[in-house]
Amino acid sequence: MAHAQDPAILTENLTRRFGDLVAVDHMDLSVGHGQVFGFLGPNGAGKTTAIAMLTTLLRPTEGRALVAGHDVERDAAGVRRAIGIVFQEPSLDERLTARENLEFHAVLYGMPRAERPQRIGEALRLVDLDDRADHIVEKFSGGMRRRLEIARGLLHVPAVLFLDEPTLGLDPQSRRSVWQHIRTLRETTGVTVFMTTHYMEEAEFCDRIAIIDHGRIVALDTPEGLKNLVGGDVVVLTTPDAQAMVDYLGTQSLDATMRDSEVRVEVDDGARFIPRVVRGFPGEIDGASLRRPTLDDVFLKLTGRTIRESELNAGDVSRSRMRRSMGSRGRR
Amino acid sequence: MTTVGPDAAEGRDVTSAAVGVRSSRTAMTVGAVGIIWKREMLRWWRDKPRIIGSTGFPLIFLLVFGSGLSGAMGSLIGDGAQAVNFEQFIFPGIIAMSVFFAALFNAVSLVYDREFGILKEVLVAPVSRAAVAFGKTLGGATVATLQGTVVFVFAPLVGIRLSPLLVLQLWPIMFLGAFALSSMGVAMAARMRSIESFQMINQFVMFPLIFLSGIFFPLQGLPPWMGVLVRVNPVSYAVDPLRRLILEAQGLPDEVLGRLSESGLALSLGGQQVGVAADIAIVAGFGIAMNVLAMWLISIRD
Repeated sequence: MAHAQDPAILTENLTRRFGDLVAVDHMDLSVGHGQVFGFLGPNGAGKTTAIAMLTTLLRPTEGRALVAGHDVERDAAGVRRAIGIVFQEPSLDERLTARENLEFHAVLYGMPRAERPQRIGEALRLVDLDDRADHIVEKFSGGMRRRLEIARGLLHVPAVLFLDEPTLGLDPQSRRSVWQHIRTLRETTGVTVFMTTHYMEEAEFCDRIAIIDHGRIVALDTPEGLKNLVGGDVVVLTTPDAQAMVDYLGTQSLDATMRDSEVRVEVDDGARFIPRVVRGFPGEIDGASLRRPTLDDVFLKLTGRTIRESELNAGDVSRSRMRRSMGSRGRR
Repeated sequence: MTTVGPDAAEGRDVTSAAVGVRSSRTAMTVGAVGIIWKREMLRWWRDKPRIIGSTGFPLIFLLVFGSGLSGAMGSLIGDGAQAVNFEQFIFPGIIAMSVFFAALFNAVSLVYDREFGILKEVLVAPVSRAAVAFGKTLGGATVATLQGTVVFVFAPLVGIRLSPLLVLQLWPIMFLGAFALSSMGVAMAARMRSIESFQMINQFVMFPLIFLSGIFFPLQGLPPWMGVLVRVNPVSYAVDPLRRLILEAQGLPDEVLGRLSESGLALSLGGQQVGVAADIAIVAGFGIAMNVLAMWLISIRD
């Protein structure tokens, strides 16, 4: 049984192998009640595999996981009753109406008949779909389907709501609307939200973020805490002789990286740093930009790659996963 | 490590704090089977092209095959007004064929659910996977029975009389056969990943079962090996009672009815006509075995 002092999610050495591939590699994790917790990492980093184990769809190869106090291996039914899930791929029945999809779910979760109409009505209102309740889902846009799936995930009042790439493939407007609903529901229901994303902007909404790479947690902190790993500011300089610049910055014990003619460096005070370096390289700096670190900078610092680069050569993405995610994008 | 075996942790205590009032475990299982059944029915009802297509199919078989061969084959048994011609012989078989095709075909919905993600939604729900398999099977069997019932309207075309009483006798037998074949379909679909491969395997299994079940030809003068295959085929025992009940209700003299199995119009084992009760027992046994297999296969967790 769940106890109030238990974390909402706890994993110890959680591991899943597919043949030689270690999709999730000895993951230790603790997520408190009422948090919005994010898994950030490139496609193929093991986020979906981790969720599949936490939601009892996959068995761990090693280690254990407790969700709402229930062991995912020994008490799968207990876990299932305590969680709601929005999968990465769409999982609505397109030939049924919004209400029928929710009814289907309500019955599967043992909701008494008398409660169903009211709860379904509330869930549809929460995601602004009450006026579409009796429309066939086939006619819904990608954003509407996502919202309906979120309503469904919440229908049985779960202790933990899993969202696997909740905004994947949505247009910016739908994405904003989905996020607005996630924030509303967290404020109104106090549900623990565990989500994965590879969108940096989205991770900013989380209370805590684990950065995942090759199945491992490489960092875990608040968004601010993670950005502090990078230091004060990120400065990007455009210069014809980037290598000379990197060498020079190295002598100043600054950690600089080079991309074509761009040099990227983390400094404590960018506003003072730029004039100084421009004076040091007169006439050789074509441009300079200054920004606050993003989570992408954090990812770069921790893994030596940006998330986008990781996705371009994501050799460790299994073929089926690629097919699935392409399929779901195609249908949106 | 992939552990293969039924999901043992299924539905134990039902005392979660998440929702205040919950139904009992039994009520939940019954509810789950019911809603899965209902979903199959809704999907079928809304797929009008499928309904129209599967109504036209038996009509074509009946007219082209039945009427085409009827002239050449003449009377299979009896004379004059009390004869059974090929059209009349094949009519119960066409009902059976419609039922079995629909029952096997409907199992594709399980593969579809997997491919389109709906199955995941069902598999993470706190219901036993056996209930999922059973709901699917019942849905498929109901759809198949309705599809078979559609064939009733063609009875006058081939001079078969169907009384309300006869229809009431036929329905449970059609449903039982549909349940058996639907269970087999769900078992085949349980681990299948693509709709295409399911269709392929389905046809590979379906055609021998249908052709070697006595639907299309009387079981008289068959090569011995074929006679054996027909008698080994469980589907034969689902066709046999339908034909027996329909032919026996056509007002044929007892003398003619006594020669049904001798003329290959009814199944016999070792020279003895197989009774309707034995037919039903064999189909029920096969259906239960297939359903247990389907439940087990669907419960395997990766």
